Amino acid sequence: MVEPIPLTAEPALAIRDLRVSYGANPVLDGVTASLARGAMTAIIGPNGAGKSTLLKAALGLIPSLGGTALAFGKPVGQALPPIAYVPQRAAVDWDFPARALDVVLMGMYRRTGLLGRIGKAETTAAMECLSRLGMADFATRQIGALSGGQQQRVFLARALAQGAELYLLDEPFAGVDAATEAAIVTLLKSLRDEGRSIVAVHHDLSTVSAYFDRVLLLNRRTIAEGPVATTFRQEAVARTYGNQIATAIPA
Amino acid sequence: MLADFWGAEFVLLTLPPLVIATLAALTCALPGNFLILRRQAMLGDAMSHVVLPGIVAAYLLTGSAATPVMLAGAMAAAALSALMIEGIRRLAGTDAGVAMGITFTTLFAAGVLLLEQSGASSVHLDVEHALYGNLEGVIWFDATGWASLLDPVALAGLPPEVGGLALVLAIVAAAMWLVWRPLVISTFDEGFARTAGIPVTLLSAGLVGLTALAAVAAFSAVGSILTIAMLICPPATARLMTDSLPAQVRLSLVFAASSAILGTLVAGYLPPLIGLPGTVSASGMIAVVSGGSLALAALFGRHRRPRSA
Repeated sequence: MVEPIPLTAEPALAIRDLRVSYGANPVLDGVTASLARGAMTAIIGPNGAGKSTLLKAALGLIPSLGGTALAFGKPVGQALPPIAYVPQRAAVDWDFPARALDVVLMGMYRRTGLLGRIGKAETTAAMECLSRLGMADFATRQIGALSGGQQQRVFLARALAQGAELYLLDEPFAGVDAATEAAIVTLLKSLRDEGRSIVAVHHDLSTVSAYFDRVLLLNRRTIAEGPVATTFRQEAVARTYGNQIATAIPA
Repeated sequence: MLADFWGAEFVLLTLPPLVIATLAALTCALPGNFLILRRQAMLGDAMSHVVLPGIVAAYLLTGSAATPVMLAGAMAAAALSALMIEGIRRLAGTDAGVAMGITFTTLFAAGVLLLEQSGASSVHLDVEHALYGNLEGVIWFDATGWASLLDPVALAGLPPEVGGLALVLAIVAAAMWLVWRPLVISTFDEGFARTAGIPVTLLSAGLVGLTALAAVAAFSAVGSILTIAMLICPPATARLMTDSLPAQVRLSLVFAASSAILGTLVAGYLPPLIGLPGTVSASGMIAVVSGGSLALAALFGRHRRPRSA
């Protein structure tokens, strides 16, 4: 396993006392976490632990009752350009009239701006992003005609097209085939090796050690945060899941 | 017969409603494309219904039935209804469709009551016009024949609806061209759009505003039935024919214009041809034609997706 890059002065994402409620139910009850630069961090926790909510609230996509989120030392609102957000695949309507290439080109909006139109350079760059995920042959395919795994790869290609420093992914491996999972992991690791920071909501406890450097154990509040080798232990995971699962994890 | 059909009378009596219906249809179909993709078709419905109370209230408050006053009243009502929809959704925690259903039926009914109780119906406002518009009543008095199309004096006497609708169509088309990319991105994936720096809330409000503008402009000329039909039917038909958004928008304009033209001609000329007395409502016929196109596309369209569930 790659030795995790030590924390620098300014973490990729620093969350302090973030609080979110849906109605009267607190979902995030004062979450504080510091997610390291140049590392792959998994956010782990049971259903309803607030994993997706944490990403959305940190990005300002949903209102929070309090707390702050800093990306590279700046408020996230100002630090958005170097951040790529990959929502859950189920968050969008895949019947939308667009081709895979059109979705990837959306990742270039910041570069082209309001009046910029898509030219040859943008199309070539978008095709390159699709190729890195093995999707070049599907560029002109209607997105509704793609499999779940292929749709997820299109989402990843769009994030790649953003040329971001920090990637926030909401369950990138949910409902995808093994080939897609391998392609995504390879891509994320190569991004990490270029010094970029990856944060992913993750469900499969059996792959945490193989895929990630660091882990944030979350259940409405931070249970533990640190390198996988020392933090992803049976006792802490059991506390996170309320003692439901205690198998296949080193004690 | 055919010479009569294309003669001066056509320019005088048929061309104005034909042009107005076409302009109204094009104006409504443009924002309608995004309403259907955002599953907000009901919003168009709501906008075209709340125009009535807005117009009546504006008349009662100012005593004037001038176009700018009517427009202002209708826009104010559209804005009020947007606030009501959002308010009901938040306070009562209902689905957006429910909130829209409550808002537009209540406001429309209030508009009808207001209309009956006030003296507004003695002017050109009445419930029938609210539903069907007044396409047949639009006459180009200054026209003497096809040559009038090149005559500046006659053109100056064009019914005011033509210029008004053309202006609104230009505004709607220019706005949509300008925000095309961010509008497409935020329609497909709102969360991503926000992180890409797109002012999602502003765009949503802008789309509501454009829809309201289109509905208001179309309403006074063609009535609420046709306004609703043109907001939804042409884009929905086009969606069934293609999987490309630019092609969908282009096709929706083709369907809108052809429904308007075909509907106006059929309403005016078919009943006498088959021996029926009088003519039928052009607005009603256009809406029926566009509904018929949608039915055909649903049966034979290339990209229809029958839901198995």
